[in-house]
Amino acid sequence: MTVQDKPTKTNGIGASVKRVEDRRFLTGKGRYTDDMNKPGQLYAYILRSPHAHARILSIDTTDAEAAPGVETIITGQEVKDAGIGGLPCGWLIKNKDGSPMKEPAHLPLAVDKVRHVGDQVAVVVADSLQAAKDAAELIVVDYEELPAVVSPANAESAGVAVHDEAPNNVCYDWEWGDKAATEDAFAKAAHTVKLDLINNRMVPNAMEPRAAIGEFDPGTEEYTLTTTSQNPQLIRLLLCGFTMGLPEHKVRVVAPDVGGGFGSKIFHYAEEVLVVFAARKLARPVKWTAERSESFMSDAHGRDHVTHAELALDDQGTFLGLRVNTIANMGAFLSTFASSIPTILYATLLSGQYKTPAIYAEVKAVFTNTVPVDAYRGAGRPEACYLIERIVDAAARKLGMDRAEIRRRNFITPDMMPYDTPVGLQYDSGDFAKNLSDALEMIDYAGFAVRKEEAAKRGKLRGIGFASYIEACGIAPSNVAGALGARAGLYDSSEVRFHPTGTVSVMVGVHSHGQGHATTFAQIVSERLGVPMENIEIVHGDSARTPFGMGTYGSRSLAVGGMAMMKAIDKVIAKSKKIAAHLLEASADDIEFENGVFTVAGTDKSVGIAEIAGAAYVPHNYPLEELEPGLDEQAFYDPKNFTFPNGTQICEVEVDPETGITKIVRFVAVDDFGRVINPMIVEGQVHGGIVQGIGQALLENCVYDEESGQLVTGSYMDYAMPRADDVPAFEVKTNEVLCQTNALGVKGCGEAGTIGGSACVMNAVCDALDVDHMDMPATPERVWRVLQSKQQPMAAE
Amino acid sequence: MALTLNMTVNGKARKVTVESNALLSDVLRVNLGLTGTHVGCDTSQCGACTVHVDGVSVKSCTMLAAQADGATITTIEGLAAPDGTLHPMQAAFKEHHGLQCGFCTPGMVMSAVDLARCEPNASEEQIREWLEGNICRCTGYHNIVKAVKTGLTDMQSGGKVAAE
Repeated sequence: MTVQDKPTKTNGIGASVKRVEDRRFLTGKGRYTDDMNKPGQLYAYILRSPHAHARILSIDTTDAEAAPGVETIITGQEVKDAGIGGLPCGWLIKNKDGSPMKEPAHLPLAVDKVRHVGDQVAVVVADSLQAAKDAAELIVVDYEELPAVVSPANAESAGVAVHDEAPNNVCYDWEWGDKAATEDAFAKAAHTVKLDLINNRMVPNAMEPRAAIGEFDPGTEEYTLTTTSQNPQLIRLLLCGFTMGLPEHKVRVVAPDVGGGFGSKIFHYAEEVLVVFAARKLARPVKWTAERSESFMSDAHGRDHVTHAELALDDQGTFLGLRVNTIANMGAFLSTFASSIPTILYATLLSGQYKTPAIYAEVKAVFTNTVPVDAYRGAGRPEACYLIERIVDAAARKLGMDRAEIRRRNFITPDMMPYDTPVGLQYDSGDFAKNLSDALEMIDYAGFAVRKEEAAKRGKLRGIGFASYIEACGIAPSNVAGALGARAGLYDSSEVRFHPTGTVSVMVGVHSHGQGHATTFAQIVSERLGVPMENIEIVHGDSARTPFGMGTYGSRSLAVGGMAMMKAIDKVIAKSKKIAAHLLEASADDIEFENGVFTVAGTDKSVGIAEIAGAAYVPHNYPLEELEPGLDEQAFYDPKNFTFPNGTQICEVEVDPETGITKIVRFVAVDDFGRVINPMIVEGQVHGGIVQGIGQALLENCVYDEESGQLVTGSYMDYAMPRADDVPAFEVKTNEVLCQTNALGVKGCGEAGTIGGSACVMNAVCDALDVDHMDMPATPERVWRVLQSKQQPMAAE
Repeated sequence: MALTLNMTVNGKARKVTVESNALLSDVLRVNLGLTGTHVGCDTSQCGACTVHVDGVSVKSCTMLAAQADGATITTIEGLAAPDGTLHPMQAAFKEHHGLQCGFCTPGMVMSAVDLARCEPNASEEQIREWLEGNICRCTGYHNIVKAVKTGLTDMQSGGKVAAE
């Protein structure tokens, strides 16, 4: 069931326009990186470390080089000798004492040590993939195994140093918020609620495995990298400025159809460097495609926090202070944005939807012998939401308060907007209490007791859980982010180009890998310029065609990229008015524009925008003295603030105490994404996001063996991906409270479902089990154990 | 050892010479250029490579090409009518926004079409159970289930095609 309050619109902003990109995907005509084959192409296979931690004593490639079909074998030493730089980290976090974080070099191939299972050791390039794989088996690597550390909680005391420059494995020890004010809040609190939480490690698992094709033209000395990226322009910048050191004007990076990202395809990966390096060396195209087992051990993972949290309350259940101590696993190296996830995108969100006056967080990031950890859908915000919403439930339980009531009592209210949180953000808008009350109504909260009783008669434990989330999207402005350690700009760009015949190409710096930009962005262009959808093309994913933009992550595409497009559209309209004024022999001030037609105010004299475009490109009757020919405008947009999507999710679960199986029986979500451009697409984003949250709560868990550091969950046989029969149908609704800091009024919708999802499900599970807390994932075995330990409090686990 | 195989793929007779260990998915993607069949895992779990072999849905990464010698194969490229009209299941996926990134989509659609053979009036629960072998990371399955339900109905009513 879908609740839609608004009248149905068939096109433009607010309409559920069917996606223009669907036909090619539905007929097998999508063009993903691995679908492409270049003339003369060779195949790369990457030999990876079987050990979590080992010294490389020697690498003997003699036999492998002599194997049939082999063109070259590249080792870490060759890459290092060629002056290739390490994969950089894009955000500098400082320690409490102001010193910078530890940033050990991350060369694309290991040189003297391997630091996680799957670490890159050598590249074999051959005329077939099979030949490359066969030759890789002939490479003899002499390893001296070292003890490994995998768990963030043990990292500091393990006595194993992943990097020599970080002897206790601490990357940084960071703090945020007002420590003294928070101590004061706890000193005067009537109640203190404490919670220890593990935010389990996730493997993003976009369905398309990563792939990359490197090309080099020795004649023009031009490079092309085709890669499965969410931000090809950023990859080009990093490839040129940091790793390969190439002249940027000679490098084209293309991210064609990309089969999902969820954060994992933001980052600059070693394989991107290696295929370009090999292509230059051999002057032939070189292609690499990950097998799924490689994805598990080389795509950046997500989450992996160990946290202690304390909430101070007065005797009425009003929040006085929140104190948080988190250890965040960075894995073996700092991935592109790793350092910012458990800090800038986590601690700044710890106010949630609540007017908690004092908050203090300490975050220690540690290196371990595991795959690097970086942004995964939500990136820091799901971890913050999980912590807040779990401890709010624990507080309600301790104080004997209704969980809706404790939330309502502490919500920031619309009259308090704009609201400065104690953790550095300024919320611009939102009606949190309305989202909650709508969700309560949708799920029939009042009737829950009856449903619980009915379930009990069937032998099932029924629970209900809430998550009232807020997130910060579209990181900005660039100068503020820069002051906080960002090493990149956070604007985006767009170019709106009318063609002489009146069709339009819109080049955007953001990238679609499932979000439907080709449709949503075209809806905006169509409405603003009065051009039919079929005459608009949205171009993305090719640095040779699009202006420099930062790509798609953090639900930023519309709020940042869409706004850049709006600015370019406004420039087109402004210039068109001048052309229209000339053609209609009127003053530009008297020209009005609506539905693609320029009219002299108060007259019937008018000209269509397609004619304007024609006049601009065939400027025979044209004000050439004042105006350049052409109708092609570009804009960059740097937001004034984050946007703050928010909402409430409620779900009901039934636990079978015999088997420990948890079934989600209902799930409702009320979201405020600001203005909704395409409700159908937005609902799809919510559904998919929620299932990633459900996955973390009930199914998914990336496990490393504590002793050996081996990746235990290295395939879909061991890592439980949510399947169709694991999840329910959803009831979703949006409350549009327009964003006050951008002209579109949009907030972003890509991550919301995931941000609330895991907290919502775990709150319902804990309610069903009648326990203070249990860690994710609530698998049947774990749930069964919790129930057993409740029945027999003395029994050892 | 190289083998020469004959198969009918999307209505056309094809002869391919491949190594004996070649998988059907490799032959479709590499030898025949039918890249709509995707490979999303290496353990026969994800279902992105699902095609029809003699009318039955098969994960093509799990079948040696040699086993398909003499078989009739339909891939996602062969599902729409020759004039480009979408198959009712394809049309239903578009109508209900049953796809996002599109990577699992060919396998989902091919699997769903085979459900019509086995259980043409499948309930929502049966649809979810049937799709257990096809993983989607984008959609949360909600709209896929709606699409399959509509697709099954439209296939029975003689291929009513939703407006594009």
